[in-house]
Amino acid sequence: MRHIISVLLENEPGALSRVVGLFSQRNYNIESLTVAPTEDPTLSRLTVTTIGNDRVVEQITKQLNKLIDVVKVVDLSEGEHIEREVMMIKLKANGQMRAEIKRTADIFRGHIIDVTPNTYTVQLIGDSAKLDAFIAALGTASILEVVRSGVSGIARGEKVLSV
Amino acid sequence: MELLSGAEMVVRALRDEGVKYIYGYPGGALLHVYDAIFQQDEVEHILVRHEQAATHMADAYARATNKAGVALVTSGPGATNAVTGIATAYMDSIPMVVITGQVMSYLIGEDAFQETDMLGISRPIVKHSFSVQRPEDIPSIIKKAFHIAQSGRPGPVVVDIPKDMTAPTERYPYDYPANVKMRSYGPISRGHSGQIKKAVDMLLAAKRPVIYTGGGVIMGDASEELIKLAQELNYPVTNTLMGLGAYPGTDRQSLGMLGMHGSYEANMAMHHSDFILAVGARFDDRVTNGTDKFCPTARIAHIDIDPASISKTIDVDVPIVGPAKAVLKEMLELVAEAKAKPDAEAISSWWKQIDEWRQRHGGRFDLGDKMKPQQVIEMLSKVTNGDAFVCSDVGQHQMFAAQYYKFNKPNRWINSGGLGTMGFGLPAAMGVKLNFPEADVACVTGEGSIQMNIQELSTCKQYDLPVKIINLNNQSLGMVRQWQDMNYESRHSQSYMQSLPDFIKLAESYGHVGMKVERYEDLEGAMREAFAMKDRLVFMDIYVDPMEHVYPMQVPRGAMRDMWLNKTERT
Repeated sequence: MRHIISVLLENEPGALSRVVGLFSQRNYNIESLTVAPTEDPTLSRLTVTTIGNDRVVEQITKQLNKLIDVVKVVDLSEGEHIEREVMMIKLKANGQMRAEIKRTADIFRGHIIDVTPNTYTVQLIGDSAKLDAFIAALGTASILEVVRSGVSGIARGEKVLSV
Repeated sequence: MELLSGAEMVVRALRDEGVKYIYGYPGGALLHVYDAIFQQDEVEHILVRHEQAATHMADAYARATNKAGVALVTSGPGATNAVTGIATAYMDSIPMVVITGQVMSYLIGEDAFQETDMLGISRPIVKHSFSVQRPEDIPSIIKKAFHIAQSGRPGPVVVDIPKDMTAPTERYPYDYPANVKMRSYGPISRGHSGQIKKAVDMLLAAKRPVIYTGGGVIMGDASEELIKLAQELNYPVTNTLMGLGAYPGTDRQSLGMLGMHGSYEANMAMHHSDFILAVGARFDDRVTNGTDKFCPTARIAHIDIDPASISKTIDVDVPIVGPAKAVLKEMLELVAEAKAKPDAEAISSWWKQIDEWRQRHGGRFDLGDKMKPQQVIEMLSKVTNGDAFVCSDVGQHQMFAAQYYKFNKPNRWINSGGLGTMGFGLPAAMGVKLNFPEADVACVTGEGSIQMNIQELSTCKQYDLPVKIINLNNQSLGMVRQWQDMNYESRHSQSYMQSLPDFIKLAESYGHVGMKVERYEDLEGAMREAFAMKDRLVFMDIYVDPMEHVYPMQVPRGAMRDMWLNKTERT
């Protein structure tokens, strides 16, 4: 099962490599990883999506908690949560495909953020499944480049992950 | 406030941490620190001959005292030579602070002379690591390093110091912090009372209980509480390789070691138990054998300081996260208050069953024409009254020592359990002897392992470390050979030892005493003579039967009870 694990991390050199290293060292899988400082510049927020059974995910959260730089860990998938990912996708846009891509982007509430005579670059925000669905919906359109940010997540309601 | 250079702060901080000895080897990146060491006499430096030995000495000091040992190594090859020692300590949760030199901070990343990314190399084998980026941080970083190494589940901590951080020209106010406060690190100090209560209820209701304990009882200083609890209840106790000595090995309630080379009665008792109280042990693969067949009728309560060790390989019924000492204390109180008492009849018939198992095997081995390694360990136990520090290398001799030396005290059995580091034994014995000069310290080794750090005989001479080396010489890498006998139709690929040195002459050339023993009749006299030479290192080169195997031996991927009992008989 897919899990979204959120980590508050000391914003210190080497901290990220400890987290990433832990995953490879213990043979855990990383689907996506995002990290950036929070409103408190001494703390980073890291979101990792991983696939594993309950035992593996329990070990992942326990092992993450053991890292000295890790302040807090939460498995967002255990409760109600929101996940978002940004995608920028560059497409070949000639002839009638130009209108077709525009229409599809509109349906997915994407924006065309860069235009050349032969290409469109579409920006799309949503959960990972929505981004996957957009790519599938493009059908025969020729994809030149895809950039995805990886998943960020936050719990619904009043629950917060903070120090 | 006193003004000190970075180098002086390193040494002063170690002094203020109560460190008496550090083990190390100088080099370019550490010259400022070594100069600061030269100019004081409170922290004594022990010069090893290879950095691996420095880490093992520090590690063994920690295993004997439960306090962090300190190693000091230079950048590049000094640091990489220390890696095996750091990994050894990490696998066995041993507190250690390893200070590594680093190239000038402005050269990092430029492939400078003797540069290596020590933080990167050591990352998977440390509890934590620090890189000094401002000299004024040195006292607080060293304080934190000791705190992290020694608290919670202990482990090694690396402190990497670029050379310019220790420059003698720059001085900073020195103040060694009394306390550490870290928002991201706070080891737990007691267990959850509700969980402890649940475990005690199960403990008292058990009909076929076993108490299974590991290194956590030793490093957690909980031996006394363990003994009280086991004796109060009259329950059997088995120790892991790392846990030997936590419960007296000569006591009737001791089943000895369990696992791959555990005693017949310990493995049988585990398999047939209905309740296992696991304390500071981690259900390692060398203990559980096939996890799907592990102790099918047992419910399990597991006390461990590290939540990640609980239900990692074996699911447990009652997890208790906390220090062994505090949790066992609380259990003792609950047992004393409890209305329920152990089922005396059930426990007595359980003991009857266990005694039958003891009769069946009980650590017997066949005698032959040649001296048996087991006989040597039994003699060592006899000559030292079971009271020596036994520092072991890795291989058959290690298992024989674990099986046949009866440890009655904790912290006396010093061996590389998790990593299985050949070459550990001699430096470990040195680290112990230096800190316990009055004690008998034996290094149980083989002709394979001893050659992995034999250069330290020179260090022993320099610092007058009269350890006794018990070299079980079977002219082969015995454990490898045993597996080849059992699984590869005795194709002894590279497991022989040809062109062995004359260990007697070798010991003598380093200024020590050598003794060769080939007949069992000569063993006791020679060993007594060796231990009577209080101020001399004696290298006892003892020729034992090269064909001997370690038994019992669990059948791979079987249950706890599936064992070979000798070369032809299995359960």
